[in-house]
Amino acid sequence: MIRTPLRPLARILRARERGENPDAIERENKRMRHEEMRDRARLQAESRLILLAVAFLGGFLLIGGRMAYIATTDPVEPRAAASGSPIIGQRADILDRNGRILATNLDTYALYAQPQQMIDPEAAATRLAEIFPELDAERLRTDFTGTRKFVWVRRQISPEQLQAVHDIGEPGLLFGPREARLYPNGPIAAQVLGGATYGREGVDSAEVIGVAGVERQFDAYLRDPANQGAPLTLSLDLTVQATAEEVLAGGMMLMNAKAASAVLLDVHTGEVIAMVSLPDFDPNTRPALSPETSPDDNPLFNRAVQGVYELGSTFKVFAVSQALELGLVNADTMIDTRGPLTWGRFRIRDFHNYGAQLSVTDVVVKSSNIGTARIALQIGADRQREFLDSLGLLQPTSIELSEARSGRPLFPAQWSEISTMTIGYGHGVSDSPLHLAAAYASIVNGGTLVTPTLIRQDRAQTGPRIISEATSRIMRSMLREVVQHGTATFGDVEGYDVGGKTGTADKPNPQGGYYDDKVIATFASFFPASDPRYVLVVSLDEPVETSGSEPRRTAGWTAVPVAAEMIRRIAPILGMRPQIETAEADGVTLTSN
Amino acid sequence: MTEMIHREYPVQVGDPVLPRWWRTIDRWTMSCILILFGIGLLLGLAASPPLAARNGLDPFHYVIRQAVFGGLALSVMLVISMLPPRLIRRFGVLGFFVAICAIALLPFFGTDYGKGAVRWFSLGFGSIQPSEFLKPGLIVLTAWFMSASQEIGGPPGRLYSFIIVAFVTLLLALQPDFGQAVLVLFSWGVIYFVAGAPVMLILLLGGLVVLTGTVAYSNSEHFARRIDGFLSPEVDPTTQLGYATNAIREGGFFGVGVGEGQVKWSLPDAHTDFIVAVAAEEYGLVCVFIIIALFAVIVIRSLYRLTKERDPFVRLAGVGLAASFGIQAMINIGVAVRLLPAKGMTLPFVSYGGSSLIAGGIALGMLLALTRSRPQGEIADVLKRWGR
Repeated sequence: MIRTPLRPLARILRARERGENPDAIERENKRMRHEEMRDRARLQAESRLILLAVAFLGGFLLIGGRMAYIATTDPVEPRAAASGSPIIGQRADILDRNGRILATNLDTYALYAQPQQMIDPEAAATRLAEIFPELDAERLRTDFTGTRKFVWVRRQISPEQLQAVHDIGEPGLLFGPREARLYPNGPIAAQVLGGATYGREGVDSAEVIGVAGVERQFDAYLRDPANQGAPLTLSLDLTVQATAEEVLAGGMMLMNAKAASAVLLDVHTGEVIAMVSLPDFDPNTRPALSPETSPDDNPLFNRAVQGVYELGSTFKVFAVSQALELGLVNADTMIDTRGPLTWGRFRIRDFHNYGAQLSVTDVVVKSSNIGTARIALQIGADRQREFLDSLGLLQPTSIELSEARSGRPLFPAQWSEISTMTIGYGHGVSDSPLHLAAAYASIVNGGTLVTPTLIRQDRAQTGPRIISEATSRIMRSMLREVVQHGTATFGDVEGYDVGGKTGTADKPNPQGGYYDDKVIATFASFFPASDPRYVLVVSLDEPVETSGSEPRRTAGWTAVPVAAEMIRRIAPILGMRPQIETAEADGVTLTSN
Repeated sequence: MTEMIHREYPVQVGDPVLPRWWRTIDRWTMSCILILFGIGLLLGLAASPPLAARNGLDPFHYVIRQAVFGGLALSVMLVISMLPPRLIRRFGVLGFFVAICAIALLPFFGTDYGKGAVRWFSLGFGSIQPSEFLKPGLIVLTAWFMSASQEIGGPPGRLYSFIIVAFVTLLLALQPDFGQAVLVLFSWGVIYFVAGAPVMLILLLGGLVVLTGTVAYSNSEHFARRIDGFLSPEVDPTTQLGYATNAIREGGFFGVGVGEGQVKWSLPDAHTDFIVAVAAEEYGLVCVFIIIALFAVIVIRSLYRLTKERDPFVRLAGVGLAASFGIQAMINIGVAVRLLPAKGMTLPFVSYGGSSLIAGGIALGMLLALTRSRPQGEIADVLKRWGR
């Protein structure tokens, strides 16, 4: 055995001493060192090679596993990639109070193109332009022959158009299923329903989102999959709504009004049975809103909710009922009505001279501004404001429409004594017809507050008490008298016992002051007066009745006949029987077998 | 002592070449290579008729070409596998210099075949891609330098080889052929790793890569979007990757049947870069598993045999060849299954392509030659350890 010396140099020194050549020993040492080094390198390489082999094995296993994972998943059709969360279709229907459909969905298709799959893009563009006249063939051609990989052609196509596009036979033209929102009744209840449009769009489906009205207000509810498509039931009655729109449109034309609105409210439940605002639109093809359109001409504008106007003498009811409630007057108290009433630099006049004194009832029946101003003066500013506020006349209505917040009442910041007087007869506070309807309902239903709603209710509201039963009864008989022999005699619909109050307010001029020849004529009515069930407010914008020798604009000549016709048509639909005096029938004995 | 050892290994110079070759060659690896080539022909039958149809040729034009080139490649492989390591080294280094000259001449005599990168020399009957031939030569050269640096008083081979590799990488990147450039760098890295790269350096490099990636991800929106798109489970089905993924899904376990596949009609690179997708669609997961297993056996078995190797040059050259072969297969299949971002790289010995086949034959021939069993003096090891 060769022993490796501990000190290599020792051997060399010894060899030198012996006179031998040390080179051999040195070579030997070097060889040993080299071998040792190689052994070390080899052992290191061995472990690293094993490491490498394991890494390769892991890599191949990973790739094989991934392959197996992909192979066991389901294939998908090649389509344009849809990014983000899946789009939920299936918007819930909207029904009227009797379950008739106001808004529903229609399966339809969107048309899109994948130009790189097209065989003959030029011909496709030409044929498409023939099928859809509103499309520009030139534009389509550039889209189809350019570098774009995806082009929306139409958001929605009819079955006939679908077939026509099919017949082109172009594989690069594709149809994406989606739902379209359909309003089968066209413009009926247009402003209430609002409308819908497409939100996020994919080729498999598209999101339908509400843009106005209840569609927007209840957007989250209608789209919530958790509701499983449960429909939204509104308080509207489709038949009544349609009739009201028809009558109002006719009345608007007859009275030469530029716009009109009507609200029919259940006095106990607060349900809005009909709500009309004219001019209107078809929510299926909702017109684009141009910002410079003034609200007066804008069909999208819901006058019944958003339009706040000074509603004139209809407000006298609030002053009188509050004075009765406070015990300041009773129905027969005589009020000084000598005019004009001068207060500072203001002069308050009546339409006619009613003489020196009128009873409170007559102040209402004959609609005396001076008399009401004196009553309001007795009430005082603070109490008046409190009362109007309790009736909800100083805040936007809480009706379930996305536009309700914009129907904000206008009233003076400084509620001075003169304001108190003018507000007493309806100038100085601007409210929407819906405000007025809800306040009238609260006055005549026995005196409890009514909050208007568009959702069907099952029972009467139990709002806080505004006035006593007794006051409410007095007000009902007083307002019945207005129709019987006051300013609203045209409103006496036989058998329905209508009560109500007219209001003719001069329209404010945007340049300041009021117009002489432009009014807003309003008739706030309720029926039957003995036990009211419905409140109807009809408001005409700039009506002129020209059958007489001179143009007549007062509500009694314009709004009242329209409202009367509406009641005549609607009341039977609502299931109310006319109550005909049966005095002569006393001698007849009804028998049955 | 020495006589005793040599009597254990009666290998003599006069031993006939073929029997010795048969006895010492790694028959497992060789069988795997032959099977792989057979599968390549089979897949070529499926994948290349659409291409032939597009080019207006006989349906099996490319299959016949592949068979001819394959025969040539197998012959080259067998001949090379008979050479001793010394000759491998000699031819490898010579081949490297020839290839590098050819690449340098590419800008003057090469063609780009309308693909944007000048990589080919056009001959009358076909074309040659010199960068394919560069790789085995470069690996041999690197291994030579590295092993020389392990000698006492040897040259600083690591530095020299690095300079050469950097130069070659630059040349390839200029073509541009980033896939091959990355492959060359990777092979050098593996050889350096086995030749004893310091652990600190490896950790440092790894840390640097992670750091650069993180910085790039958080700072470059473009880079982040690419990575996110790559990581997202949804793939746009109209891209090549989407078609490949769908083909794999369609195939399932046993495939849709021979000739029934659809992906080969949609993918322009079905016969090269995405041949695995064709295999997965027509023959199913089973076929893909067999392909992967064959590659794994070739690579891992070669590496295992090299652990026993005592000659540093043989060890390093073998590692480089096996690793570059394995990594190329991994990248190709990894792209098809979306483990790696898209990068054009052929599946060695399976994809269609004359140059890549013959270059693969050369590389595998070298690998076979280097992994042949040789006397390694294991007994001396045992005795030495036992004697101490």
